[in-house]
Amino acid sequence: MFKRMTKGLLAATVAVFALGGTAPAVAQDDPIRIGSFLAVTGPASFLGDPELKTLEMYIARINGAGGLVGRQLELIHYDTGGDANKARTFAKRLLEEDEVDVILGGSTTGTTMAVIPLVERAEIPFISFAGGVVIIDPVKPWVFKTPHTDRMACGKIFEDMQARGISNVGLISGTGGFGKSMRAQCLEVAPEYDIEIVADETYAPSDTDMVAQLTKIKNTEGLEAVVNPGFGQGPAIVTKNFAQLGFEVPLYQSHGVASKKFIELAGEAAEGVRLPAAALLVAEKLPMDDLQRPIVMGYMTTYEAEYGAGSVSTFGGHAYDGLMMYKAAVEAAGSADPAAVREALEGISGFIGTAGEVNMSADDHLGLDLSAFRMLEIQGGDWTLVE
Amino acid sequence: MADIRPSGYSKHRKKQTYTRRLGTRASPLQMLMSERVGGMLALLLVIAVLPLVLANNYQYDVAITIGINAIVVIGLNLLIGYAGQISLGHAGFFALGAYASAILTSRYGLHGALAMPLGALGVGLLAYIMARPILRLSGHYLAMATLGVGVIINIVISREAWLTGGPDGMYVPAMEVWGVELYGGQIWYWIVAAFLVLAIWISLNVIDSPVGRALRGLHGAEVAAEVAGVDTTRYKVMVFVLSAVMASVAGSLAAHFSEFVTPEKASFFHSILFVTMVVFGGMASTFGALVGAAVLTVLPQLLADFASYEHMILGLIMMTVMIFMPRGLVPTLSGLARRRGARR
Repeated sequence: MFKRMTKGLLAATVAVFALGGTAPAVAQDDPIRIGSFLAVTGPASFLGDPELKTLEMYIARINGAGGLVGRQLELIHYDTGGDANKARTFAKRLLEEDEVDVILGGSTTGTTMAVIPLVERAEIPFISFAGGVVIIDPVKPWVFKTPHTDRMACGKIFEDMQARGISNVGLISGTGGFGKSMRAQCLEVAPEYDIEIVADETYAPSDTDMVAQLTKIKNTEGLEAVVNPGFGQGPAIVTKNFAQLGFEVPLYQSHGVASKKFIELAGEAAEGVRLPAAALLVAEKLPMDDLQRPIVMGYMTTYEAEYGAGSVSTFGGHAYDGLMMYKAAVEAAGSADPAAVREALEGISGFIGTAGEVNMSADDHLGLDLSAFRMLEIQGGDWTLVE
Repeated sequence: MADIRPSGYSKHRKKQTYTRRLGTRASPLQMLMSERVGGMLALLLVIAVLPLVLANNYQYDVAITIGINAIVVIGLNLLIGYAGQISLGHAGFFALGAYASAILTSRYGLHGALAMPLGALGVGLLAYIMARPILRLSGHYLAMATLGVGVIINIVISREAWLTGGPDGMYVPAMEVWGVELYGGQIWYWIVAAFLVLAIWISLNVIDSPVGRALRGLHGAEVAAEVAGVDTTRYKVMVFVLSAVMASVAGSLAAHFSEFVTPEKASFFHSILFVTMVVFGGMASTFGALVGAAVLTVLPQLLADFASYEHMILGLIMMTVMIFMPRGLVPTLSGLARRRGARR
């Protein structure tokens, strides 16, 4: 039995030594180390996969062009599978063992939130690619994010409604994480746009028929429009049922369905549906003088040249924005020193990314406004810009 | 289900163990080699020496995660390895402990040292109430029932966002003891180590007590054990509650250590991971549970550098171990060592 223990001890020691890398001394010629943790596998892989591909592709391009402030970039990435506990351990590894200069990543709100206490203590800038408004509200000194929030999607929808003179709105939301969060945000911002929520129904993400809820909404007195915060197949079914029931009011979907897949699933019923979405979705349809046009066209053609036509998604765009913002901040600061880069990130203004124009400040670590979203309408099985 | 259980109770085998035990009484050296004395000493030695080789907070983090997983797995091993009952819902108890600590401290201002036993008490009660109907089932049905419990806990945690923060999880305030904030690898290393030693001590004592013998009896042949006068239901319930409480305590530790909890802690895959650690390390072996937890916590970290090949390599290692060491790592290796020792 002694042997058993010595064997165990030996194995433990070997494992520990294998774990321990040697910490390199940071010299000016060393590469700038960019840490990343993304959900490349698992249920959120549709986010993490394009994000990682984007980071890899553009870091190679920056290195090819001579690097940043004379230093090459090195990407260190770990796959979280969308698991917050893994994200936490990997973030610790990035901070403590890989000694990264910045962390770009966190595909989901959960994985991002798990890591925030660590980066705040380590004082390393962290740019998240996740949607939740809780990431930057309240503002944390070292945490930034690139994608627009649910709250802004609600705002954009209500703004459009105001322009059309609509004020009585029915809500039908999915009960998944996305739908639930957006429903709460919509309820909160509605008064700011003089919108009254006259009906509020929900459905489970796996439901296959929403006629009952929609019938109830249809019979609501004074209904002028319906909003459907949701994700996945639910909104497509809502759209179909909505058409079958012969509503005479407009239907608004969320940015959660901003993909060609939604039009395929909903078919004819999708005609006339409006939704807020990132400019990337309608890159080719943007007017020639649009500030975002060169950026989103450039990103789209580069990505699709590498991974095939139609492969580009807004999620990869979030990673592009994060990397480019970091690049801009390092160039502005003249070094990769974490504190200086943080200052520079906070001072970013007039930066044009795939999500829109970014103007950061000490109390806004997102820096996007409603203009980041474009209001789209589905016509003839394709997106069109609503002016 | 039957073939993943270790060989059960038999008079013949028992006698062998007994003579071996008698032998150990003979010399202090042999006593040192027994699991209770020698194993414990070796464990204490490893725990004491490990900080010398841990270079940074990340490595502490891995060591602490091993400890936390091991506490759950040691409890689960009592249930699976000794009582022969399977549970696919232990991540649920783990998560309940974690959320009890998170909610009681952040929303009700309770001290962490108080929230942990309260959580454990709650989980213990819940396990007790559930155990009676659930443990009447066996085999696949028992697995299904415990799986159901785990899934229900997971759903409740994700849905009741006003209390639990929903799918995005919630923060846990750092624990303070006498004005000192418990943060950092070193402090938590010693806290988790203390709980781990306690868990192992409890486990080894339960196994060597009349309860342990009764458990092995009911594992081997429930009817025979009942005929022999063993109150099988009582023992099953007892060990189920014990393992649930251990999972809950580990969950509380995890919540305070990581300062963040998500419903993933209660996920089905997390439950499966715990069961895999038991089987991989070796069922009906307390140190096997510890080794299983250690290997399956460290391996993914080591393999993370292989990026997309990680899962392939991990799968290959696990398959190899399960094919060539079906009884699990520790029982197979110690069996080998013993046989070689006997030849000498």
